Amino acid sequence: MQNSMLETETPTPTSLGTATVRLVVRNHPGVMSHICGLFARRSFNLEAIACLPLDDGTRSGMLLGVREEDRITQLIAQLRKLEDVLDVRIDPQGREAFEAVREYMA
Amino acid sequence: MFQLTGAELIMRLLERQGITIIPGIPGGANLPMYDALRSSKIRHVLARHEQGAGFMAQGMARATGRAAVCFGTSGPGATNLITAIADAKLDSIPIVAITGQVPQAMIGTDAFQEIDTYGLTIPITKHNYLVRSAAELLDVIPDAFRVATSGRPGPVVVDVPKDVQNARIELEDFPEPGKADAPPPVRDEEVAHAATMINSARRPVLFIGAGIIASEASEILRTIAGRTSIPVVSTLLGLGAMPDDHPLYLGMLGMHGARSTNMILEESDLLIAAGVRFDDRATGKAAEFCPNAKILHIDIDPSELGKIKQPTLGITGDVGSVLRALAPRLHSTQHSEWLDRVNELRGAHPLAMPGAEDLLQPYGIVRQAAELIPDNAIITTDVGQHQMWTAQAFPFSWPRQWQTSGGLGTMGFGLPAAIGAALAMPDRMAVCFSGDGSLLMNIQELATAAEEDVNVKVILMNNAHLGLVRQQQELFYGRRFHASKFHAEPDFAAIARGFGVAAYDLGESTDPRESMAHALAESGPCLINVPITREENVYPMVPPGAANRDMIEGESYAKQYA
Ligand SMILES: Cc1ncc(C[n+]2csc(CCOP(=O)(O)OP(=O)(O)O)c2C)c(N)n1
Repeated sequence: MQNSMLETETPTPTSLGTATVRLVVRNHPGVMSHICGLFARRSFNLEAIACLPLDDGTRSGMLLGVREEDRITQLIAQLRKLEDVLDVRIDPQGREAFEAVREYMA
Repeated sequence: MFQLTGAELIMRLLERQGITIIPGIPGGANLPMYDALRSSKIRHVLARHEQGAGFMAQGMARATGRAAVCFGTSGPGATNLITAIADAKLDSIPIVAITGQVPQAMIGTDAFQEIDTYGLTIPITKHNYLVRSAAELLDVIPDAFRVATSGRPGPVVVDVPKDVQNARIELEDFPEPGKADAPPPVRDEEVAHAATMINSARRPVLFIGAGIIASEASEILRTIAGRTSIPVVSTLLGLGAMPDDHPLYLGMLGMHGARSTNMILEESDLLIAAGVRFDDRATGKAAEFCPNAKILHIDIDPSELGKIKQPTLGITGDVGSVLRALAPRLHSTQHSEWLDRVNELRGAHPLAMPGAEDLLQPYGIVRQAAELIPDNAIITTDVGQHQMWTAQAFPFSWPRQWQTSGGLGTMGFGLPAAIGAALAMPDRMAVCFSGDGSLLMNIQELATAAEEDVNVKVILMNNAHLGLVRQQQELFYGRRFHASKFHAEPDFAAIARGFGVAAYDLGESTDPRESMAHALAESGPCLINVPITREENVYPMVPPGAANRDMIEGESYAKQYA
């Protein structure tokens, strides 16, 4: 189900989403599928993603650029239900990190 | 210190979880587990299709409330399990499916019977695991049970490569069995707020569902309803939580509920939604559901609060614990004005059950059978008109009496679920009300029923149609019938006998009631074929996508289109 309010809005091609969500997840080969699968099957709009192992590599940090204004609470509640997700928070500073990656990708 | 293989370790850990029966089918990739199962205390039930094994596990879990296990091999074994796993996800049923996988060295090579079980089951499980070493089993198996039973229950898949099953591991001790996490604490200020809402409501309705059954809250629900005189409506999966003959019980709401039930909800000023997820079959067009009501929503799954309807107050918690905390704060009330109105609507728009006295008509089959079926029997259905007739007409009176595929609506659910229920509760009868379309989808499990000699009775409402499809084509597709009539009509009684199952055909009986009574009195599995009118519809009905107030009924619809 597309969000009708956002549907009419033409996103700029450079959009990194309306919010950045920061996750700490268990680091194993299936965890990306769990996160991306959730976005796909619940029709959440995912604009940007970054993932790096943390500390000794048993956990990873993930940064997600999402385009969900109305459903951000629902998105976070769904993310918290995933067993491999250890922490979820909105992180406005994540935008800067994405900007830096974008510079590199340009 | 002792040594065992990964497969042996799995069996020990399952025994320690209290598992005594596992339905499944062996194959190349899970043979080490079957080898270990031979010397285990666990009884294996050989299903005839993995979907059957999955639904048997569901039947056990739905009957007992405890997690049940099923086995399948890699590749086709896993894909055949998928429907039953997805069904468990949508209805929040705790099952642990353990699949064999090709050896790790061959994963990713398109090996014989290799399929990405892990990837395939991500969207249909609460959680899943691909086990990478025998040592990991020590964490994974208990954790699988913890996840399946904690919070909102659901299915878990554990995929075990063959080399992990064969690996040897040295142990000092077994890990503790996995058990459900404690539910979140009940918060006093939330309960106080909820109590104020309920105490000040003038036209409250309790809207209850599967969460009441899962949290074993039907007793406290009955207490609260009785003390506050608040009428209760139930979803399809909540049937049994309130006894059918309770004066405050209004039955099922939604697509096939009584018109009065949906009308009463329209007038309500407070909806106390307890253990429900606002499924569209219950709410109709969600935006127009209970337009005049504030909503108090209690659910163990925080993502359900506000998913479909924004509640005035949402409480994350075990619904039984929340209701128990709430009860002492609720005023004892009569709500006489509201109940007068409720009873007026009930009198004016009751659920009509034409033919309830006739054993050869749908409502009659359900009502007459109900009189002959022992009170402690478990009732399952398949999916279609017969399911809705059973939901409407069977006088359910206790939680876990009723098993049906609500969320996924899976034809083929009923027979293997009944077998699972009968296996889990061998002193009880399990009765499956089925349709001739649905029964064919897992009819091979009659062989399992015969082999295990389970006390399962299949009551087949045989209309030679995919009846609910035919009904939709009649009502919503201008009577353009297509692919909903069976031109070949199998002799189900003969088929059942062919499987070694006793069979009765009420169409050929001079005294159908006597035949039904006789069939239900015998022990062991049997099939009762009941030919019914081919063009019967289930009423009332909310057209898919419409608001619940826009229900159509037999005659009114006929008049409108005459
Ligand atoms: C596996 C599956 N396939 C298709 C459907 C769609 N469907 C819903 S009801 C129905 C007809 C069921 O026919 P039958 O079992 O004979 O029951 P009846 O409606 O005649 O009582 C169909 C095909 C479904 N629910 N499940």
